[in-house]
Amino acid sequence: MSVLVDEDTRVVVQGITGGEGEFHAGQMMEYGTNVVAGAVPGRGGEEVHGVPVYDTVAGAAEAENADASVVLVPPAFAADAIFEALDSPVDLVVAITEGIPTQDMSRVKKRLGETDKHLVGPNCPGVITPGEAKLGILPGNIFSSGNVGLVSRSGTLTYQVVDNLTDRGLGQTTAIGIGGDPIIGTDFVDALSLFERDPATEAVVMCGEIGGSDEEEAARYIDANMDTPVAGFIAGRTAPAGKRMGHAGAIVSGSGAGTAESKIEALGDAGVPVGDTPEEVADNVEELL
Amino acid sequence: MRLHEYQAKEVFAEAGMPTPESALAESTDEVLDAAESIGYPVAVKAQVHVGGRGKAGGIELAENDDEAREAADSILGMDLKGYTVERVLVEQAVDFVDELYVGVTMDRGAGEPVAMVSSEGGVDIESVAEESPEAIAREHVDPAFGMHHYQANRAVYDAGVDREVASDVASVLTTLFDLWENRDASEAEINPLMITGDDEVVAADAVMNIDDDALFRQPDLAEMEEAAAGDDLEAKANEYGFDYVRLDGNVGIIGNGAGLVMTTLDLVDYYGGEPANFLDIGGGAKAERVANALDMVFSDDNVDSVVFNLFGGITRGDEVARGINSAIEEFDELPKPVVVRLAGTNAEEGMEILNADALDVEQTLEGAVQRAVEQAGGAQ
Repeated sequence: MSVLVDEDTRVVVQGITGGEGEFHAGQMMEYGTNVVAGAVPGRGGEEVHGVPVYDTVAGAAEAENADASVVLVPPAFAADAIFEALDSPVDLVVAITEGIPTQDMSRVKKRLGETDKHLVGPNCPGVITPGEAKLGILPGNIFSSGNVGLVSRSGTLTYQVVDNLTDRGLGQTTAIGIGGDPIIGTDFVDALSLFERDPATEAVVMCGEIGGSDEEEAARYIDANMDTPVAGFIAGRTAPAGKRMGHAGAIVSGSGAGTAESKIEALGDAGVPVGDTPEEVADNVEELL
Repeated sequence: MRLHEYQAKEVFAEAGMPTPESALAESTDEVLDAAESIGYPVAVKAQVHVGGRGKAGGIELAENDDEAREAADSILGMDLKGYTVERVLVEQAVDFVDELYVGVTMDRGAGEPVAMVSSEGGVDIESVAEESPEAIAREHVDPAFGMHHYQANRAVYDAGVDREVASDVASVLTTLFDLWENRDASEAEINPLMITGDDEVVAADAVMNIDDDALFRQPDLAEMEEAAAGDDLEAKANEYGFDYVRLDGNVGIIGNGAGLVMTTLDLVDYYGGEPANFLDIGGGAKAERVANALDMVFSDDNVDSVVFNLFGGITRGDEVARGINSAIEEFDELPKPVVVRLAGTNAEEGMEILNADALDVEQTLEGAVQRAVEQAGGAQ
């Protein structure tokens, strides 16, 4: 079992004719993902890696019966690409692009709330169900199939923790990189609720970092709603406080919130063991299973 | 990117925001000329990126030429919280009866902009937010519609602003919101917004932080950016376009992705070492960028060893290995020991290319960090 993606997921790659789009569409196909089309305005009729390119996402999704899209489009055009995907038949949009203006994402988030679709990202490595499909830029070879779900705000930290899990023979149901931007589609609570409903996921690893209060909210959700055990990791214990925190931003978030200590404490209170190192996270998962 | 007060005020004035008459000056003579043309009394205000300028002696009032000269002499060239003052804003001093706070920012939790008004302006607004949050009226704004006029009115009435000026303050808030939106700001603030004896409103200060990711569509604001002052290494990082933070320790840290770099810092600390810096080369880095990163960390005298931890996703291990090779080719002997750990996309190809003779190569993150701590002189 898995969440969000599996071997039947049919994928459109937005931006497939670009350097990153072409490289990672190829990597996804090599991994076994059903990449069925590309979508790039003005490039309809071409082919990349043997799949047809369409001018629009809707056109690609209708012609090829696609149900997911991966956005590998430069930041200036990425919000528009996500809006386009949300206005097409695909149910899942995975946005990899880093550096989308925050105001653009605020509008995307508003629109997303008016649909019943899933958006993962942006500024994320994507979603992978090992052995079935990967939507994004994650290095497929480090993942293995199993019963641990993983959700993380940081791409490279996801890889690190998965490496430690796989080393111990702890395979994964699905790994979701939710992205590190201030405004994202799927958040910890959304991802945890997907894993909670998945019978194959027997433990979940949640990797957070300093800033914002999503981890604290996730801790409250775990405490109130989850039977599946969760192991945690928080990056940024040694990060200096107060770097470039604008006045108005500090007013909204209040003081003291968003530190590693506050997140580790909130998770601890919800019964989530938080490892000091990625190795320890793997130890904790072994104990929870 | 943070604008200086004088830059933010230019942007404000262009949008029709009421601001005091002012002029920028870089010498005592320029201050005197500006004061004469504006007319006394004037405020002489240091233009540096620090808060609390007034308390730190960076803002002086002047009633005449002697006082203006004295203010200019004391402020120009002064060290204000680590920044040297090179420019001052000479500004018409506003005779006020009341001070308000007006601000717009992104509420990341709600994923929406929020506009704020407080009748307790002119003071440290963060303390107000902490001690009496009810003194700040807040209106969340639908990002697709922008702020409705009734919302500006409601914020102003909720904040208990004097009825005589309520409509003018609401109009200031509307203008500020439009500026925030049109100029891709992350924060836009006026503190204080002064109310004069004859019920005029004047933006006596101006804060604007611009979303760096949106500078591509704000070319005139992007031009206002200056190299970070006060620290050569930070200026260099700015030039190279790295996310870089200098710390107090002696283990230099380079990696890709903020989460993993922070984790590497945490592990250096965990194994008894002290991180010298945070350096994220970002996603998809090519060889030249990797070489620049090593150059940066080698230039820091505090660094005794370097750990280079790369886990490739969008970044490819072979590119990184080429970058490391080209960086170390310049040296007969490396200036500091470098421990490298490569994993992920094309890591195997990278390991084959890597000039391993000059480096310590480790397979695991934990191993690499422990080795680097050892090379830097062991646990503290």
